[in-house]
Amino acid sequence: MSRPVPLRLLGLLLLLAVAGCGGEADSAVDLASGQATGKPAYGDTYIEALQGNISGLIPNVLSDGPSFEVGSLIYNGLVKYDKDLNLVGELAQSWQYSRDCLDLTFKLRPNVRWHDNQPFTAADVIFTYETMINPKTPTAYGGDFKAVESVVAPDPYTVHVRYKHPSAKALQSWSIWMLPKHLLESYAREGKLREAPQNRANPVGTGPYRFSEWKPGEKVVLVANSDYFEGRPYISRVVYRIIPSSATTFLELKAKGVDGAKLTALQFKRQTEYPAFRKAYTKYQYAANVYVYLGLNLRDPRFADRRVRQAFAHAINKRELIDGVRLGLAREATGPYKPGTWQYNPNVRTYPYDLAQARALLADAGWTEKDPDGVLLKNGQPFKFELLTAQGSDEGRKVAEIIQASLKDLGVNVEIRVIEWAALLKEYIKKRNFEAMILAWGITPDPDQFDIWHSSKTSPDELNRIGYANPEVDGLLEKGRSTCVEAERKQYYDRLQVVLAEDQPIVFLYFRDGLPVVSSRVRGIVPAPIGIQYNFNEWFVPKQLHRYTAG
Amino acid sequence: MLGYALRRLVLAIPLLIGITFVSFLVIHLAPGEPVENQMGETSTQSDRELRERLKEIYGLDKPLHVQYWSWLTRLVRLDFGRSFSPDARPVLQKIGERLPVTLLLNIVEMMVIVVLAIPIGVLSATRQYSRFDKVTTIFVFVGFATPDFWLALMLMILFGVQLGWLPISGLRSPTWEYLSFWQQQWDFVAHLALPILVATFGGLAGFSRYMRQSMLEVIRQDYIQSARAKGLPERMVIAKHALRNALLPIVTVLGLSLPGLIGGSVIVESIFAIPGMGQLMVQAVFERDYPVIMGNLVIVASLTLVANLIADLTYSLVDPRIRVAARRGRR
Repeated sequence: MSRPVPLRLLGLLLLLAVAGCGGEADSAVDLASGQATGKPAYGDTYIEALQGNISGLIPNVLSDGPSFEVGSLIYNGLVKYDKDLNLVGELAQSWQYSRDCLDLTFKLRPNVRWHDNQPFTAADVIFTYETMINPKTPTAYGGDFKAVESVVAPDPYTVHVRYKHPSAKALQSWSIWMLPKHLLESYAREGKLREAPQNRANPVGTGPYRFSEWKPGEKVVLVANSDYFEGRPYISRVVYRIIPSSATTFLELKAKGVDGAKLTALQFKRQTEYPAFRKAYTKYQYAANVYVYLGLNLRDPRFADRRVRQAFAHAINKRELIDGVRLGLAREATGPYKPGTWQYNPNVRTYPYDLAQARALLADAGWTEKDPDGVLLKNGQPFKFELLTAQGSDEGRKVAEIIQASLKDLGVNVEIRVIEWAALLKEYIKKRNFEAMILAWGITPDPDQFDIWHSSKTSPDELNRIGYANPEVDGLLEKGRSTCVEAERKQYYDRLQVVLAEDQPIVFLYFRDGLPVVSSRVRGIVPAPIGIQYNFNEWFVPKQLHRYTAG
Repeated sequence: MLGYALRRLVLAIPLLIGITFVSFLVIHLAPGEPVENQMGETSTQSDRELRERLKEIYGLDKPLHVQYWSWLTRLVRLDFGRSFSPDARPVLQKIGERLPVTLLLNIVEMMVIVVLAIPIGVLSATRQYSRFDKVTTIFVFVGFATPDFWLALMLMILFGVQLGWLPISGLRSPTWEYLSFWQQQWDFVAHLALPILVATFGGLAGFSRYMRQSMLEVIRQDYIQSARAKGLPERMVIAKHALRNALLPIVTVLGLSLPGLIGGSVIVESIFAIPGMGQLMVQAVFERDYPVIMGNLVIVASLTLVANLIADLTYSLVDPRIRVAARRGRR
């Protein structure tokens, strides 16, 4: 039931959710012509703007995007996702599954050292595992290891994991950040990792960068780890500046006070298209790991009728919605998976904008009469409902307004209510006391979405908020998560997407684009489906372009 | 006098407890829980065990009055507890690292405001309806009406982007560590220039109007007439007789703004990326970080009570009429 998200990606994902940067890169909007030229050189400082303060330095017990972004340069996992979202070894040199998916054996990379020069061994892997399953550890990722029966280390560089039952996400759960046993053991045993001094200063990992300084609310500074096992990173110093206002971040970009940041759609489209900016920065655009949807409470008899949901899907002009809300910087969603990933199935029912079709579907569902105001009636009841959205998200409000106008054309009366997120969650979503809402879901590289669609996940704290129940979907979700063979899983998830598209349990709207921008003096950036950050240790600035000589 | 001060201090204790009790109740009754807000809106995480674990760690599984009592008993020992944010750091430490910059900003701002507002107020009062009076009136009201964030952005564009004279945001340059001592000081001052300018511009109106009003009242008094009748030069009349009396209400206002000194301006701090109290508090409220909210509240409430007391005491110190009245009253 817990989250099987590889931490590193979850970090990325949360980041995207928060700041709107993101995963797959199928088009680099603007590859500076100089990108390929220049010789790799060591040195220079890279300054990245973060919108929020990091909450700590041991990401295993944290859950915010900024902490993950910083943590991902300090720590490593046994495996990681490569640029095309395939799992590859990181601290593990290789691994082997047994035929029944029950035994997983890792061969660890020898000669890896912690930042304090202690060797990294299988003992650290076992320690990290034990910390994650310790009931006292305040982590959201312990559930990933529930299917584990035992973890043993036959020698210092071999780790053998035995599972109770086959689990699709067994391998990716080992992308969890490895923690140093020799420093954290006493804190971990007490469940006090958050209180450990390493969560505040001097965290020790195996990653490409070492911690240098954290001034809360102001900045985090990292320096290159010259002993990194994949080689010393080129950029010798990374400064994360915490700048809460996106307007300020933008001005800092213009004044060259920061080298990398995430743009808003407006900034990307309208405010950065002048020569000086294009010369100084390279803009990137990917489909982020977040999609926006219209959720309907399926406990409401009106919405329980599939034809009504399909009618809504036909009545909402997604292209217009994307243009209006995101200035075109988003992609239509046909289901809960992102185009371009292995699990994505393009052959599903789509809902082109078609009012006649929508009207016919509603008429089929019994909404045939209209009152004098043009509002549809059924058994004398007008079709009207309340659409909730969270305060602070301008996007949600705009989407709601466009949907309100679209459904008005159908004769459906929508009232919009904007509510603060905490209150919305507690008083409406958890109590299932809503008719409809505009929300977004983050997605993970692994296609398992059991928690969102399975009919057993409808209790107040769980995520099947709309009350969706489809026995076929339940079966597909169960099968999809219980094999380690990708080809087999693909079949289940392909079918899942067909059913979801037909059912429209929620109206899938769009995948937001992430819009990062990086100083054009930085080279070696290769946009890929996973984003741009994945090869940060290979980014470099040619010697003659170094801006910060110190460090 | 001393007895009076002591009595006021003792009476402040139940008042303080009352304030904390009501605030504790209100904060905990607000919808949303700290546990929930550690997960993002789009997060597909629903680890119920983590939620339960956190509730237990934070003591949120206990009844409210038990929570309040344990919080209060810890407070008596000056233990403000640990933040609910995942950094789990002591509240005092978190407040302690944010307070200096906010205090610095606010004190400098206050000083600049006082230094500017008093002469502006005095001059506009003594030359009521003159061109100077009209121009400054317009100026301070424009300042009052200008939204902080807009002014801040305009100044950032002008001085930061166009002219390149001043840094745009933050407290220090990224290369601060590599600057010489004097460069570091200059760097710091340059970073604070715009925030102080913005904050001052907005606060000037209130104070200068107070001063003007107070002065206008005083110069209509009989004793000013008599001072003039004695043949004192106008400058002496204004500077010596009128100003001192006109400053009395200002002392009260200043005293009452004392607790405000530790509260940062959220807008100015966010837009200039200054890690001060305002940002800390806003984040704490969003995260429902009860210990940090309560910690800040206790400090502000205590300061307000103390400031009230100080204002009362200084008032009787500087105003002989009150002292005399108090003495007579006692008799």
